[in-house]
Amino acid sequence: MSAALLAEQLLNGLQFGVMLFLMAAGLTLIFGVMGLINLAHGSLYMIGAFAAAGMAALTGSFLLALAAALMAAAIVGAIVEMVVIRRLYDRDHLDQVLATFALILIFSEGTRFLFGSLPLYLDTPDLLSGPTTLFGGLEYSKYRLFIIAVGLAVGGGLFWLIARTRLGIQIRAGKADREMIAALGVDIRRLYTLVFALGAALAGLAGAMIGAIQSVEVGMGEPVLILAFVVIVIGGIGSIKGAFVGALLVGMTDTLGRVLLPQAFGLFMDASSATTVGASLASMSIYILMAGILLFRPSGLFGGQA
Amino acid sequence: MRRETILNVGIPGLLLAIGLLAYALDETYIITLATRAAILALAGVGLNIALGLGGLVSLGHAAFFGIGGYAMGILAFHAQTYMPLWGVIGGTTSMPIIWLVAVIASGLAALVIGALSLRTSGVYFIMITLAFGQMLFYFAISWPAYGGEDGVSIYMRNNFPGLNTLVPLNFFLICFAVLAVVLIFAGRLGKSPFGLALQATRQNVARVEAVGLAPYKLRLMAFVLSGAITGLAGALFADLNRFVSPSMLSWQMSGEIMVLVILGGIARLSGPVAGAMVFIALEYVLEDLSHYWHIYLGAILLLVVLFARGGLVGLIAGREVAHD
Repeated sequence: MSAALLAEQLLNGLQFGVMLFLMAAGLTLIFGVMGLINLAHGSLYMIGAFAAAGMAALTGSFLLALAAALMAAAIVGAIVEMVVIRRLYDRDHLDQVLATFALILIFSEGTRFLFGSLPLYLDTPDLLSGPTTLFGGLEYSKYRLFIIAVGLAVGGGLFWLIARTRLGIQIRAGKADREMIAALGVDIRRLYTLVFALGAALAGLAGAMIGAIQSVEVGMGEPVLILAFVVIVIGGIGSIKGAFVGALLVGMTDTLGRVLLPQAFGLFMDASSATTVGASLASMSIYILMAGILLFRPSGLFGGQA
Repeated sequence: MRRETILNVGIPGLLLAIGLLAYALDETYIITLATRAAILALAGVGLNIALGLGGLVSLGHAAFFGIGGYAMGILAFHAQTYMPLWGVIGGTTSMPIIWLVAVIASGLAALVIGALSLRTSGVYFIMITLAFGQMLFYFAISWPAYGGEDGVSIYMRNNFPGLNTLVPLNFFLICFAVLAVVLIFAGRLGKSPFGLALQATRQNVARVEAVGLAPYKLRLMAFVLSGAITGLAGALFADLNRFVSPSMLSWQMSGEIMVLVILGGIARLSGPVAGAMVFIALEYVLEDLSHYWHIYLGAILLLVVLFARGGLVGLIAGREVAHD
């Protein structure tokens, strides 16, 4: 395998990982601060993608589409938090799972009702279409580089927000002791709505950006949601740093596994069965990674005690 | 008799009555729906051992349901193509053998998945069981030997000694009989020393350890039993449809099994049966009413979770039941 191909796959893995981080960051933040497991996070990803596709069809502007995705996901997130999620914080995880599963049913069918069952397509803007030449003459998609850049920028912004701002201090305090920060005069209900909307906006952004690579359709969020779960289980639930490391690990493992495993099996098998075995194993690779990490660290790489 | 006891007999009895009445009225479609309800109820009874008794929120039970389904699909596929599996094991179309294989295969899978997942608890456990379910789902999709994404179709329903299984009523009665046997088993299990210890691990782990029991082992045994029963249901479900595909392994399937347990009432013996009947009835009625019936299902589920926490059986029998 040539170095150029490997470099391209590494970048693909990075892009996938960065996208997973946007999803996982929201999930882990919501779990860390409110103790809530949110299955409907994938729906917010889907809502972001549909809002972007709708706005792009209306105005033709990619920037407006991204803005619409952020706004739509954040607004829907805030409304859902105030109407439903708020009632679930002091319930057990089972109730949270069921209620958010119900939300998935409602959102998926609602979107199908509004937009129909056919997939929508979101075009990449002209400025970002086509490949660009990187160091060493490597050709790589501009748009994927854009996703990596946005993802890393948002990630950096998130770390800054959590570590350096007043809101970040409140969020971290909320993780540690919710009664105490309420007693200190922080409006905890507003803080929770804000955190939920922030997580939702990140998911919506991820959905909109990926919507331009894949098709925008109902049910697009759940596979990503489950991968994001794997990410935060690996990274340790509640840890943003863990989510980042986990996302890159999962992104790289999945992308490289799909390329390298069939080739590795090709060394000692005939081509067709190597492809079959390699592809099957590659589809399971991240779960095997997760199981392996859990054997040694049951609460994830950066988690506290489970 | 307590109300709960009446319901434990009455709810399955109602399902049987619906099946028989549909036969008397010659409503074949209703018999099929009743069969579906019986099979989904069986899957729910399986999940309920882990979920209700053990408090183990497994969002990956479709794995076992699907493994049971594929056990039937693979055995019947080899029987109908006359190609022995791995060159030695001939397929079979005999239901009891298929059931046995399905129970063993899904039980073994539950042993492996449970042994890994039960090292964690709480929200980790939910996500990990979900992830393992997804792993098998993607494996089934990418493994081409049994149809990959398209699944395996079986031309004829499998055989049961002494019965023509192609008659809808006969197959319904088989499924119902399996359900009834498993219900009796699950009812006795809940009151056995094992069942009581298992419920104790749900309520207070520290005390269970203090009296010298091992919560991990109890939970793992419950998880294996639970997976095996759900696998048996999967074999029947595949036989009902004469078709098995990765959709049986999908996480939505896990969600649906869990939903019907909750609709009926968690940790209630007859809860899954009531839940499955309501689920199928909703599907039947709402699908007629609207293409987008999942919206209503979602809304109903949301209301049940937020406001009726004991489920249907809980509404009728009262909330707290310590003994029967």
